[in-house]
Amino acid sequence: MIEEVLVTLKANPKIDPVLSTWSWEVPVYLFLGGLTAGIMFFAAIMVLTNRQREVPFMTEKLVLWTVILLSIGMGALFLDLSHRWYVYRFYTAFRPTSPMSWGSWILIIIYPVCILQILSTFRQGYPKLARRLERFGVGVLALDLSERFRRPVAWVSVPFALGLGIYTGVLLNTLVARPFWNTGILPILFLVSALSTASALAILGTSDKGERHLFTRIDFGLIAVEILLVFLLVIDLSAGSEVQLASVDLILGGRYTVAFWILFFSVGLLIPFLLEARELLGKSAAAFYMAPLFVLIGGYLLRQVVMNIGLHSSWSNYANQFDPQLLELLH
Amino acid sequence: MTRYAMVIDMRICVGCGDCVTACKTENQMPDGLTRDWVVERTSGVYPNLSTEFRSERCNHCSHATCVYVCPTGASHYWRDTNIVLVDEGMCTGCKACIASCPYDARLIMHPEGYVDKCTFCHHRVEKGLDPACVSTCPTHCMYFGVLDDPASKVSTLLRTRNYKTLLQETGNQPNVYYLT
Repeated sequence: MIEEVLVTLKANPKIDPVLSTWSWEVPVYLFLGGLTAGIMFFAAIMVLTNRQREVPFMTEKLVLWTVILLSIGMGALFLDLSHRWYVYRFYTAFRPTSPMSWGSWILIIIYPVCILQILSTFRQGYPKLARRLERFGVGVLALDLSERFRRPVAWVSVPFALGLGIYTGVLLNTLVARPFWNTGILPILFLVSALSTASALAILGTSDKGERHLFTRIDFGLIAVEILLVFLLVIDLSAGSEVQLASVDLILGGRYTVAFWILFFSVGLLIPFLLEARELLGKSAAAFYMAPLFVLIGGYLLRQVVMNIGLHSSWSNYANQFDPQLLELLH
Repeated sequence: MTRYAMVIDMRICVGCGDCVTACKTENQMPDGLTRDWVVERTSGVYPNLSTEFRSERCNHCSHATCVYVCPTGASHYWRDTNIVLVDEGMCTGCKACIASCPYDARLIMHPEGYVDKCTFCHHRVEKGLDPACVSTCPTHCMYFGVLDDPASKVSTLLRTRNYKTLLQETGNQPNVYYLT
C-alpha cells in the first residue's frame, strides 16, 4: 500500500487538484487553425490539379474565410493569455526550442500566404469586392500578380497548410508533462481532422452538386482514417509508460469515457461516417446537411476533449483531502 | 552552469510545515497561493508501515522543460545557474510552462496573471544566505549549496548518504535531493 497525503495545503487556483489552466479558448484556436489549414490545403491542391472549375466554392469563395477564421482563432488565443498586455513579447524573441514560439512566427508568415491565395481567385469568387479593389492601382497590381502566379502561390500554400494543421497537434504533443498528449499519433490525428472539417464546410456551403459529391467522398475517406487513428492512439498509449497507461484509463472506464467515446467518437465520427456512407450509396440525401454539421462539431470536440484529458493526466498525484476509503486498504 | 542544490534529510524531517510558512512570509505570497508544500508518504502493510515527509517545491531542473517551452524567454536560468526564474515583464501568461512541468510546481499569480514559482530565494542566495525555508527549518534537515563544489555540505551529504530525486525518469534532472 502506498498513500501520499499533503500535510500542508496545496490548492493553487487552476493548478490543484488537477490542471484547469486552459478552458475553451485554446481548443477554439486549435479548431479554427485546423479549419484554416484544411481550406488552404484543398484550395491549393484543386488549383494544382486543374480542378478549380469543378470546386468553385472551395477555391473561390471559402478561401476568403481563411484569414477570418484564423483571426478569430488568434483572438481566442489572446483572450486565453492571463498577462495579455505583454502579448508583444511573442515577437521580441524567437525561441527555437519552444513550439509555441515557432507557431507564433509561422502564423505571421501564414497571413501573407493566405492573402495571396485569396487574391489569386478573388475576381471569380467575389467580383463586386474585386471591382472595389480595382479602384486602386495597387489593388489591380496585386490581383494581376496573384492571378499570374496562381500556381506558385498554391505550391507555397500546401506546405504551410500542412505545417499549420500538424502544428496544432504538435503544440500539445510537446508538453511532455501531460502523458495523454505524448503520442506521435496526435499531430496526425489533428491534421486529418483539420482536412475533414474543411471538407465538411465545403459540403455545407456549396450549391454545386458535383463539388458536394466530391467533398463527401473525400470526407468519407478522411473520417475512416480518423477512426483508425483514434484506435492507434489508444493502442499507442496502452503500450506506453505507467503514466501513459494511467492517462489512457481516463477514457477506458475513467471520468472521460463518455466525453471521448460518446461525444467525440460517436457524434463526431461514427454518425457522420454512417450518414455519408448512406449518401454515397444514394440512399439518403435528406441528411446531407447533418453529416458535415456533425463533422464540424466533432472537430471542435476532439480538441476540447483531448485538451481536457491531457490537462487531467499528470505525473504527480496526491490525495488532497482525507479519504476514508483509504482505511479499507489497511485491512 | 553553476548548480545549486537543496538536500532534505527525510530521516529528520517531521513534516511541521515551517518551510511553507517561511516561504509565504519571505516572499509575501498572496492568500491561497503556495510555492512549496509538504507531502506525507506512507507505504507498506499494517503493522509494517513506514512514513516519510517530503518538503517539495520547484526542482530547479538542469534540463528544465519549462524553460525550453517558454515562447518569450520569460522562463530563464538565473545568471548561468540552474535557478529557474520567471521575468514577469516578459511573461504573457500563455501557461505552456505550467503544462510542461511534471512536478506541477508552477502557479498563476493572481490577479496580475503572470506565472510565479519558487525562486530558491535567489535574492537571499546572492547575498550568501540560504533560502528562507532552509534557514527556518527547526530540525535542520534542509541544506542548500553549490553541487559543483566537492567541499560543500550538499556534495558531502550526497557522497556519503543514500538519496533519491523525484520523477528522475522525466529526464528533467531535478536538483532537490531527498536523503533516505
